[in-house]
Parts: sequence; C-alpha cells; structure tokens
Amino acid sequence: MNLKLKIWRQKDPKTRGKFVNYQLRDISPDSSFLEMLDVLNEQLVSMNEEPVVFDDDCREGICGACGMYINGHPHGPDTLITVCQLHMRKFKDGDTIVIEPWRARAFPIIRDLMVDRSAFDLLIQEAGYVSINTGSAPDANSIPIKKKYADLSMDAAACIGCGACVAACKNASAMLFVGAKISHLTLLPQGEVEALERVSKMVTKMDELGFGSCTNTGACEAECPKGITLTNIARLNRQYYKATF
Amino acid sequence: MVKLNSSVPEGPLAEKWSNYKSNQNLVNPANKRKLDVIVVGTGLAGASAAASLAEMGFKVKSFCYQDSPRRAHSIAAQGGINAAKNYQNDGDSIYRLFFDTIKGGDYRSREANVYRLAEVSNDIIDQCVGQGVPFAREYGGTLDNRSFGGALVSRTFYARGQTGQQLLLGAYQALSRQIKKGNVEMYPRMEMYNLVMVDGKARGIIGRDVVSGKLERYSAHAVVLASGGYGNVYFLSTMAMGANASAQWQCYTKGALIGNPCFVQIHPTCIPVHGDSQSKLTLMSESLRNDGRIWVPKKKDDADRLQSGDLNGTDIPEEDRDYYLERRYPAFGNLVPRDVASRAAKERCDAGYGVNSTGLAVFLDFKDSIKRLGKDVIEAKYGNLFQMYEKITDDNPYEGPMMIYPAIHYSMGGIWVDYELHTTIPGLFATGESNFSDHGANRLGASALMQGLADGYFVLPYTIQNYLADEINTPRFKTDIPEFDEAEQEVRGQLEKLMAVKGGQTVDTLHKRLGKIMWDYVGMARNKEGLIKGREEIKKLREEFWSGVKIPGKMDDLNPELQKASRLADFIELGELMAMDALNREESCGGHFRDEFQTEEGEALRNDKDFTYVAVWEYKGPGKEPQLHKESLDFEYIEVKQRNYK
Amino acid sequence: MSSIFTSSIGKKLLMSLAGLFLVTFLLVHMGLNLLVIIFDDPMVYNKAAHIMSSNFLIKIFEIVLFGGLLLHVIYALILQVQNWIARPKRYNKANYANTSFFSKFMIHTAAIILVFLVIHFVDFYFKAKFGHAAEIHVDGVMYHDLASEIVDKFKMMPFVVFYIAAFIFLGFHLIHGFQSAFKTLGLDHKKYTPVIQVLAIIYTVVVVAGYSIIPVIVYFQ
Repeated sequence: MNLKLKIWRQKDPKTRGKFVNYQLRDISPDSSFLEMLDVLNEQLVSMNEEPVVFDDDCREGICGACGMYINGHPHGPDTLITVCQLHMRKFKDGDTIVIEPWRARAFPIIRDLMVDRSAFDLLIQEAGYVSINTGSAPDANSIPIKKKYADLSMDAAACIGCGACVAACKNASAMLFVGAKISHLTLLPQGEVEALERVSKMVTKMDELGFGSCTNTGACEAECPKGITLTNIARLNRQYYKATF
Repeated sequence: MVKLNSSVPEGPLAEKWSNYKSNQNLVNPANKRKLDVIVVGTGLAGASAAASLAEMGFKVKSFCYQDSPRRAHSIAAQGGINAAKNYQNDGDSIYRLFFDTIKGGDYRSREANVYRLAEVSNDIIDQCVGQGVPFAREYGGTLDNRSFGGALVSRTFYARGQTGQQLLLGAYQALSRQIKKGNVEMYPRMEMYNLVMVDGKARGIIGRDVVSGKLERYSAHAVVLASGGYGNVYFLSTMAMGANASAQWQCYTKGALIGNPCFVQIHPTCIPVHGDSQSKLTLMSESLRNDGRIWVPKKKDDADRLQSGDLNGTDIPEEDRDYYLERRYPAFGNLVPRDVASRAAKERCDAGYGVNSTGLAVFLDFKDSIKRLGKDVIEAKYGNLFQMYEKITDDNPYEGPMMIYPAIHYSMGGIWVDYELHTTIPGLFATGESNFSDHGANRLGASALMQGLADGYFVLPYTIQNYLADEINTPRFKTDIPEFDEAEQEVRGQLEKLMAVKGGQTVDTLHKRLGKIMWDYVGMARNKEGLIKGREEIKKLREEFWSGVKIPGKMDDLNPELQKASRLADFIELGELMAMDALNREESCGGHFRDEFQTEEGEALRNDKDFTYVAVWEYKGPGKEPQLHKESLDFEYIEVKQRNYK
Repeated sequence: MSSIFTSSIGKKLLMSLAGLFLVTFLLVHMGLNLLVIIFDDPMVYNKAAHIMSSNFLIKIFEIVLFGGLLLHVIYALILQVQNWIARPKRYNKANYANTSFFSKFMIHTAAIILVFLVIHFVDFYFKAKFGHAAEIHVDGVMYHDLASEIVDKFKMMPFVVFYIAAFIFLGFHLIHGFQSAFKTLGLDHKKYTPVIQVLAIIYTVVVVAGYSIIPVIVYFQ
C-alpha cells in the first residue's frame, strides 16, 4: 500500500518543531506500524537524512516504550494495543497518516516523537511500592488473598506506563496511571498497610509535576492499551479522601 | 594465562550454600556506605540486585539504555517463574527442581550453582508476594500453579500471561524506593560503552548518554553486569530492539571470559515470520502448550494445499492430523523441553509439512481444550495471548488453530562466572542472562525469571560482599585518572572510526545479513561444513561493515543509527565466536544440535566423554584467535543420562 | 485536611459537592416556578415567592447558595486554567471519539449558563429584591407580582427562545456534571454507576423540560 505521512519533526526541546510530509510506497499491510516507520527511516538514512526518532524496545506491546499520537489517537486507531502492535492493515491504501508526539507539559519532547516520561518514574519513586526489604517476607501462602481482589489488583497492575492516558486526556491528567498503581497495591493486604501515606504522597507529587486534573471524560480508558478502567480513578479518589479526612 | 576456578564451596551439595554464607566475609554497615557498586541493566537481575544492595546500605549507580528502568526486557516474559514450593502436593522438592534443571540443560551446567538456584527459588516467591506481585490465586486464596515444559510437577507461579512484567515491576518499585531514599543514583538512557580497569580490577564504566551523545565516566568499587542476552545477533529474535551484547563484549575484550557462546535457545512457540520488513518476532508463551496441541497434516498433499492457501487448518479432519510431539514423546507430549519441540517443528517443516505460505509454521490447536474446558476457561488463562495473536496475524485463535514457528529467544551462554558470580576480572560480576548461567545447554521454561531474581535478590548481594570486604580501605575513586582517560579515548576512537566509514549500506541491512548467516549456519541445526562457511561469511561481512556502513548525523548527538552500528560491530565479533564455539563442540546437546551427532531417531546425541565441560573463551586481541579453556563439569549428585522425554 | 483546598482531587471534590448542591437547588427552583402554570391564581406563586424572599432560614440558605455557586465557578476556573497549562501545545489532529461527548464542553456550556444567569438576575431576581416589580397588597401584606412579570416576559418570543436555549445548554452541562460528580466523590460501582448514569439522563430531561415548559405554556396561553 502507498501512504502519505505527516510527521512532527523537532530537533530538541527548545527548537520549534514542524510537520514534514513523506511519501511511502509498497508497504505490506501485514507489517507493523513501527516496521513501516523503519522502512521510512531506512530511506531517509540512504538519502543521508536523519531518521525520525521515536522510542521503542520490546515491540510486543509490554515494555511501554513506544507511543505516538496517530490520526488523533494515542497508539493509533485500533483498541487495546500499543503502536508496535498496530498493523498497517488498519489503514487504507492512499491514506494520509498524521503522527505527533505525546503532548503534555509533564512530558517534554526530546526529539521528533520521543518524549521524556520520567515524571512517571518520579511518581513511582514517591510512593508506588511496598516498603519491604529483600529477605524479610513471610511465606507466600501465609496470607490468603481473595481471588477476586488478586484479579482486580492484576487488572490494575497490567499498566505498562506508556503515557497514553496522559496523551489522550484533554487535561493531560495522570489520574489513570496513579489510580492503577493505587489499586494494584491497595487491593492486596501487603500493600494495604501503607495505603494512605502512599495515596497522599502520590497525589501531591502528581500535582507538582504539572499534570492536569480529571474531568471523568473517559478518554484515558478508551485509549489505554491495557484496558485499565475509570474505576481505578474512583478508587484513587476514595483512598485520597480516606487519607485526607 | 587465566586459570579457571569455579570456587565451589566444600561440603555436601545441600549444605554448600549455607556453608558459604556462614563463612564468607561481610561488610559492616558503616563501611557499606563508603562502597559504590555499579549495576549495568535494570531487568530482573539488575533491578533486584541494585535494590537489594541499596537496602543493605551500599551506594549503587544503576544504568539502563531505556528511558525508564521499568522497560527492561524481562518485562516481556510471559509464562511464569518456577519454585520448589510443592504447594500442589505433587511431590516437588528442591532436589527435583535441581534435577529437572540439570537434565533440562542436558547436563552441561554446574551442579552447585543449579542446586543453589533451586534452594533460593522459594524465597523469591515469598519476596515477590511481599512486594505486592499479584500472582494468580485459587478461590481459597492460596497461590495457583501451572505446569511447564520439562517437568512432571506443577511448580510455575504466574500472573496471567504477564509474569515477567509483574516481577519486574516488583523489582522496579523496590529500586524506585531506594532511588527516593538516595541510595541508588539512577541513570536511564545511559548505555555502557566500556569497562574501566584500575590495577587489574574493575573500577568503573564509560557510559554514553543516549540523548546528548556525550561520553560520561562513572567509578565504583565493583561493577555488576546485568545486561541480558545476545539473541539479537540473529537480527530476528524475541529480544527487545535495543537488547545487545556490547557490555558483555567490552568486558570480554578487557579480560572476562565467555562461556558456551553457541548455546542459544530457540523457542518453539513464536508467531511465524511474515516478510522482509519484519523487525522482530513475537513469542507466544510456552504455557500455551499446556492446553494447545501441536500438529501438522499427515498427508503431504494437505500440506501443499495449506501452503497455497486452498485449505484452512480447520478443514483437515482429525484422522489426517499428525500430533507429532504426542506421537514421538508420549510421556511428555506437547510439554517436551523447548529445544526438543523446536527441532521437531523444524524437522516436520523441512520435510515439507509446514502449514503457511512460507512452509515454515506448524499448528497449535486449542479446539480440544475449548471443547473440554469451555471458551471462558481458555480465555481466562490465555486471553491476552490470544488477543495479541489476533492483533498481529488477523486470525481468531478461538476459531481456527494458531500458527507457530521456533525463534531465537534466550542465550544460555554468556560471561563466565564462578560460584560467586565473579568473573575472571576482580570486581566484575555478571548476573542473570548475561552470565553463562545455570541453564547448561538448554533453559527450561519459567527458569529465566527464577535465575534473574535468584542472582539479584539472594546470591549476588551476599557473594559480592566477600569481594568488597577487602575493599573497605579503598577510597572512592575520582574519574580524572589516566585509566578513565584511556577507556574514554578508546570508545571515542571506535565511534569516530564508525562515523568515518561513510559507506552506502544502512546498519539494518547489514544486521539482517548477519542474522541470516547466523540463522542459516549457526541456527537450530549446525554442521561442520556450515559452521566453517558461516565463519567465513561473518568475516566477509565484518569487512563490508567497516568499509560500507552508513551513519548519518553527528557523533555527539542523539544518533540512533550510530547506536545500532556500534552494537552491530560487537554482534559481528560475537557471531564469529559463536560459530567457533559451535564448531568446537562436536556433539549435540540442548540448544546446540549438530547434524553429525544424532541418534537414529533424530534425537540429540551427546558426547559426555569428551565434552562434559564448559567451553570458555579468552580474548587475545583484535584479529587474533581466542584461546579455549575448559571447565570440566563433575556430576556427583546426579546420574548423567541420555535425556529421555518419551 | 488542608490539602483539600490545594490538591487537584480536593478541588475537584469541592467543585463536585457544590455542583450537586446546585443540582438539588435546581429542582426546588423548578418546583416553585411550575406553580405559575399549575395554578390559575397568580397569587399562589407570588405567595410562595414571598416566603422565599422573606423567611429568615431561606435568607441564610440564599447566602449558602451563592457561596456554592461561587465555589463551583471559582474552582472550575482554577482547575480549567491548570488543565490548559498541563497541555501547552495542542494536537494538530485530535479525535476524542469513544469518550463522554458533553464532558469536553463543560467550560463552554458553563460560560453560556453564566451569561444566562446574569440576564436572568437582571430580569427577575433584582426586580424582586430591589422592588422594581409591581406590588399587590393582600390582607395587609405586600407581595411583588412576580407572576405577572413572568407572564409579561414570556409573551415575548425572543425571551422564550433565549430561555429555552439556555436550558438546553444547562442540560448539556448537567448530563455530564451529574454523573461525573459521583465519580469524583469516589462512587463508582459495577451495578450502581449505570443506574446513576440513567438517573443523570432522567434528571436532565426533567429539569430541561420542567423549566422549558413554563415559557412555552405562558407564550401560548
């Protein structure tokens, strides 16, 4: 298939960026979106131009490194996948594809489609863990956990930290990311112990990092490649009130 | 001349580790604060080691090339992690896990290491549950297990099809806690480019900031390598795009040794290759073999029609299906170890029974399981894998069979280490997949996670102290000493040389060619002639690379092509070493299969008399033949037998 | 505790509580208004309005009501500004399909409602408050003849159109605001959230229809 690409190119955080148009021919509909960009980059390199820079690593939808805003959707038009799992058969021959980086104050652009998501790391560093040292855990079966809660916790823990929720949200809010971590840990007895300190710290940090607030629009849920639900935001709210009052 | 000493402690097998711990040197808390440790890589081994060392009080500098430590490729492990908990009351024990691992590795691993691995496996599960890893549970609230290839018991703990992700997040969160506390300095987007040696000891690294392209110096009292495996030497593999062997290769050229480089694992259940622009292969968890049945058509004619697309898998009646694993290995059936399953698939496809357009695929069918357990149960167990398969191939695996084919997945070989995970360079340790490890010639499913975390949480944090105890009087290093100048200059020279080539071929074009050479000659089945030819081809490719590679952009800048080229330069070197090692090992064992050495039934034929050793290679300088050392493997507690899964 | 006034979630909480308070007020106000069309005698409405403007408790309530409105507006503005800052550079092509449609225009519908409120106050509230309306004396008590004011106004077509348009925008605001407030309070449940969503629709339809029917009937009477 033949495609027109309109890609955001930006040299560094300070330089102004702009859209650049590219033409691509004979792309296999079975190739993935990033493989399509590989083909483009091979052509650019052959012409002695600098390739389009983007983050990627595992290319199987789990590391969370890739992420770009494609035709108005984080991770593109398909649901429950990351860009690396998006396949070209989701597009039509002759389509124009607009590719932009995540846009949020908390995620400054490094170059082209590569953004700095270290704000997510800072959130986890703030309190997104169970405070337990190596070797001090009791036997794994000593505390039974209801299957229901283990499953709910796993649903939330499936977050890959890609930032699509922030990218999708009209307010660039990180509530789904934080909500998922709060749910993951709070639903388990091991994480419940320090649940209230955790939620206060993480929310304070989230505000400090410049994310917006939640207006329950649901864009995050709709675009999350791992299907993390808004319920996690409601739980985050509840936990926060518990910690505050 | 290096002397190999595995430093295995005295005493009976089951007491070696406790004896070691009782007698080793420790560092007191006040001194720990004065000691720095560099950890390269933040996968399971790296993140767990960095977090544990920091908890103990050491000052840790942690490095990863990704934008966040949470993205290391351990995250992609799907199936599970083994432990000898015997929660299922099916007769599991530490000895049995030890036995299965040695046998699964085709008797090419060190007994004492593997026993210790089995011993600490249970602590890992406790630790992870304590961290809040949401393992699958039974309705009664206890932990659930599944069975995996190469074992007769259910000892695999899992978190849906995302076990690696959950374990890594546990380790990442523990690491994050230590970063916040100031015990770990985290350097993401920083790739190791050289090892710095001072007075014969590992004392630091040269890193390259991926974003700015600047070279940076970091010093420490010890360096821990946790940089993962080298599967990407084949270009197409299940490894992450950025996974590379450069850290290992730098250490090798500085005097560390590489053990068994030809031992790579080919995973039987990956999604088949679709075309030339393909950049990586996607694994479907081995756990699928619990409920899926593998088959190809019995009739050649059916296979031809499948290949031409006239027929679908569902069109072929039951009696015309050849469930070849069940046929050949009735006892283990679809759950034979990975190397056996991979070779069996290759054998069928080579014989012309492949089922997709390239003839390089076999079916993995869930029809019977769906009938037996219901679609809901299958969905609960494998839903995310089925979804992933459908997204990639556009086929619905609930309706028709999946298509799979083997792909490069794991490297059992790696940096040679002794019982203490200490390399032959004092102060340099190697953990996880980067060391030549505990898996011998073949790794069993769900054992990589076990080994990574065993090394990182429970082994290295102890054994490194035995070394550091002698370093308490060594003050922190400044990085403005000549050794650092020299190491940085070496990197700069290499990068300048790459930039100066200004050829006409892109890095990926050359990498794909290396991958093809490796797959054709040093792949799933090897022979003398092919290996010699392969090595020649690699040599030719090396010349082409150094005269023809094209890298746009600048050296001191974000430059993904330079990054890739620099990694490829090392892959080419390693590829040649792998071919040499494969040529040297005149037997078939585990992942290493030599056509010349097989039984009449086509099974791997070991040569225990001549090859019960670890092949350990020493670098002798650029362009010079490496020197082979042998660490002989003595089996005191296990009877060495022909592996039999029938 | 003090973080409730500074953190994003705290501000959202205050804003949603104030919003829910206004939601209940809308029902009371509507009930009162409907008296105009339910009873032929305008004095029923005038008397009710008189109680609303003279009762001591209700006067306090009035202050609380204005406080609530002010709180709602101020926190909404602060949050909105913060949200705009959180994304300094917009997307070239944004496609928010699959999301709650009206949630994207809360600030816009809010602005329209505010404009409406100002006009509405000038029309009725200030008149009642500062005595520009006609006076009727019954049994020695003075009432403002607000019922006639309403009737006079809604005999004019532009007023009818303007009011109904404003009610429709109010409906857009409510349909998201109503259920969003519950989520912000942390009330999200597999079974009950769909119920709340249905309630939000019923409430919105009732409120919009209830308010709109008054000018329509008055106009055609």
